[in-house]
Amino acid sequence: MSAARVGVVTFPGTLDDQDAARAVRHAGGEAVPLWHADPDLKGVDAVFLPGGFSYGDYLRCGAISRFAPLMEELIPAARAGLPVLGTCNGFQILCEAHLLPGALMRNAGLHYVCRDQGIRVENTATPWTSDFTEGQEIVLPIKHGEGRYVADEETLSALEARGGVVFRYIGGNPNGSLNDIAGIRNEAGNIVGLMPHPEHAIEDLTGAPSTDGRGFFSSILKKLVNL
Amino acid sequence: MSEHDRQAPADGARTHAPLDTVRRAHDTPGERQPYAELGMKTDEYERVRAILGRRPTGSELAIYSVMWSEHCSYKSSKVHLRQFGTKAPASDALLVGMGENAGVVDVGDGWAATFKIESHNHPSYVEPHQGAATGVGGIVRDIMSMGARPVAVMDALRFGAADAPDTRRVLPGVVEGISHYGNCLGLPNIGGEVVFDPCYIGNPLVNALCVGLLRKDQIKLATAPGPGNKVVLFGALTGPDGIGGASVLASATFEDESHAKRPSVQVGDPFMEKLLIECCLELYQADVVVGIQDLGAAGVSCATTELAAKGTGGMNVRLDLVPLRDPSLRPEEILMSESQERMMAVVAPDDIDAFMAICSRWDIPATVIGEVTDGGRLVMTWHGETIVDIPPGTAADEGPVYERPFHEPAGQAALNADDPARLPRPADLRAALLELLGSPNVASKEWVTSQYDRYVRGNTVLAQPADAGVLRIGEIMPGAEETTRGIALATDGNGRYARLDPYAGAQLALAEAYRNVAVTGAKPLAVTNCLNFGSPEDPEVMWQFAEATRGLADACKILGVPVTGGNVSFYNQTGSTPIHPTPVVGVLGVIDDVAGRVRSGFSGVGDQVVLLGETAEEFGGSEWAHVAHGHLGGLPPRANLEAERDLALVLTEAASQGLLTGSHDLSDGGLAVALAEACLAQGVGCTVSLPDGDAFVNLFSESSARALVTVAPESFEAFAALCAAHEVPCRRLGVTGGAALAVEDVLEIPVAELRETHTATLPGIFG
Repeated sequence: MSAARVGVVTFPGTLDDQDAARAVRHAGGEAVPLWHADPDLKGVDAVFLPGGFSYGDYLRCGAISRFAPLMEELIPAARAGLPVLGTCNGFQILCEAHLLPGALMRNAGLHYVCRDQGIRVENTATPWTSDFTEGQEIVLPIKHGEGRYVADEETLSALEARGGVVFRYIGGNPNGSLNDIAGIRNEAGNIVGLMPHPEHAIEDLTGAPSTDGRGFFSSILKKLVNL
Repeated sequence: MSEHDRQAPADGARTHAPLDTVRRAHDTPGERQPYAELGMKTDEYERVRAILGRRPTGSELAIYSVMWSEHCSYKSSKVHLRQFGTKAPASDALLVGMGENAGVVDVGDGWAATFKIESHNHPSYVEPHQGAATGVGGIVRDIMSMGARPVAVMDALRFGAADAPDTRRVLPGVVEGISHYGNCLGLPNIGGEVVFDPCYIGNPLVNALCVGLLRKDQIKLATAPGPGNKVVLFGALTGPDGIGGASVLASATFEDESHAKRPSVQVGDPFMEKLLIECCLELYQADVVVGIQDLGAAGVSCATTELAAKGTGGMNVRLDLVPLRDPSLRPEEILMSESQERMMAVVAPDDIDAFMAICSRWDIPATVIGEVTDGGRLVMTWHGETIVDIPPGTAADEGPVYERPFHEPAGQAALNADDPARLPRPADLRAALLELLGSPNVASKEWVTSQYDRYVRGNTVLAQPADAGVLRIGEIMPGAEETTRGIALATDGNGRYARLDPYAGAQLALAEAYRNVAVTGAKPLAVTNCLNFGSPEDPEVMWQFAEATRGLADACKILGVPVTGGNVSFYNQTGSTPIHPTPVVGVLGVIDDVAGRVRSGFSGVGDQVVLLGETAEEFGGSEWAHVAHGHLGGLPPRANLEAERDLALVLTEAASQGLLTGSHDLSDGGLAVALAEACLAQGVGCTVSLPDGDAFVNLFSESSARALVTVAPESFEAFAALCAAHEVPCRRLGVTGGAALAVEDVLEIPVAELRETHTATLPGIFG
């Protein structure tokens, strides 16, 4: 059978699309470039919204991207169950599009932070995390200025109660996120957003000093192949 | 009203004076012109009049004043910089040398790297965030204009004393500017330097380096050949940014009124620059660009005159077609505007539609503003009236050249006679090491570098705090998958050494960058430099400059690495006090199999710790003398270039044979700091004993041409043989392992304590 097709979205100002596509290819999938102005999803089996500064993030991170023509297609498809992963700016876009609850605010330290961060996998019941074990501690790079996860009390407790927190920072909270939240999922579990960058942690030679990011891509490809 | 008033419009209500056309210039030969206010000397102005056979129009005066400014014309430095060409070593690697936007070096397998370092010092003092940000933006566009994809940036930064109040204003702003611009651009920041010294208070140095990659047969040049070809201005709209910045900011000494110059600093839009990068790469891919030039200092003036001068010699431009952000701009202001994120391309008429379609896909405004002619004149019109009519070469290439007088500074002999041998030596070497390790220059720069994205694009093999940044070429661009090669880059420069001896100081800067590239396993290939000095009108500063350029040119010849380009920044002084002469040297190297790169520091347990090179008692300008005594005197370490070359040969050969498990250069703080940093790299300690002789000298001397490497026990014999073959002194000091840095009979410090000391300083100062 042909390789599973994972769409990688490029908005103007998207930066990590190369890395995302490479990570998909390394895991044996086909990376399908999706352009923000495209009116369709080219029949992909899953979508990766990579990091960057879409549209310069001049208004508010992700606030403009959610209105891109491609998002008109992506939002209903995601609501209907299409697996979607958003990292960093992609996570911000998913929140702005209300596919995930809460919002990402300026880091508590007020600085952009690039570092190799300890993370605990809290939930493996998503198509992007099934290859991890619950409670597994991994290292992924973070690199953002606006990654402080916030939500109102009610949303937050509902999120915690339904197992919506997929990743938590360990060994120090880098940005002041509530409950050390690094990443979350929607109720159905097909949509996952996180600030860390699995696509920068897939090779021994380059990127972060870990290959823990591979788990995201092996998870989704297994899921798609076994559909 | 006088011509002067018209040239420098007052704030508020702008009175539009009659357009100063060529016809009007003919008719009013005696009109007084504000050349002095534009930074031009009387004899320079007279030369313009002689070239044109009449007085220049206001627009022509704007062009000549910026093009003949120190910043654009290198009029004080040219006679010295020529040595980089005349003394250049033969090199198979050099594809494009000095004189273009950036040099281009063959890195093998059909690929080429282009790299350059450039200063943005004065703007970064006036407005740290935007000054530093646009410094990054400018150097990135230089690299783009060679036809390359920019693939990484680095920054060499100098600030006043770390705890000085103004440093707390300047440093966070500069770091934030680099961080914001570079991160939004999606370029990994893979290295650089941060150095503090009181001499830089009021004159911080922000030197930005960018490296790009391209196929070696796809080099683009700044040229406008082919009459009939169209001249396209694309990118951001033109506004009143940095008007006169080139001459007002970069060529005038700061005095107290510097804050009044705030509007002269440009404002950057990294999002536009990111689009511009991707747009240019598509334009190159589609092969619709004949010549290209970025708009930097001197904006449209520089781009049009340089493109025309290097092409068939003529160009007609309709200046009123330049798309404006501020419609009230006058032609003189449009010519001088330094609005960022703009490029100028020369495009064949048949390709214009394809060119415009690509720009439109990236939402980049693009406008045909003129065309190439064979007339040998650069002619500009404003709503049909001719306002510029000049031979472009006279502005671009035939600026004034000065043989500035120079002589050794009055206090130089006394400075050199003040030997650090007189300084009291520490009784407690453990405390001395910790004091050094926690001093701002040696302390961890993580507070700075953690604000930079070092991972984006996925090809970063090594980044700060590694000795050099290393990138994999193989997956940077489509088509490069076949190559296993990588490139390595380092910048270095020690102003204290150069103050003591500018000739040796420049050589030591090159030697250290060269060594830093070699310790990763890469072969050093080529050089870029940013020469930061005080006023060239001061004969003592000019002596420093002459000595430094002579030293650098001589050293490049010995090491076999040509200078490919660079930048000179003069007038880094407050009142009559110049900064230390600070030549910052960048070296680019290539590693045949990037998977064989050598990491910095200790990684495993039981490896042999080996010191390479010879240690003498050399404390002039040393970090120890600076930190322990605030002393600067004597002579810097001897620059032993033959030894550097042999050391680099051993390091690259050993790396390619897989003999090294770790490698780190010795520089500031000598062996003691190198050992501590090697322990900190991955938290692995060591137990070593020092060679015979004075323990203090062994630990803290800064003799050059040395490195600390680790070798697996079974590889030691082969490695020692390699050292012997190249006559590189090689001494086994001990083994790696344990949780402490232990120097037998001298000191023992837990790695955790080293880390605490090393990492606390900058956050303690900057929050």
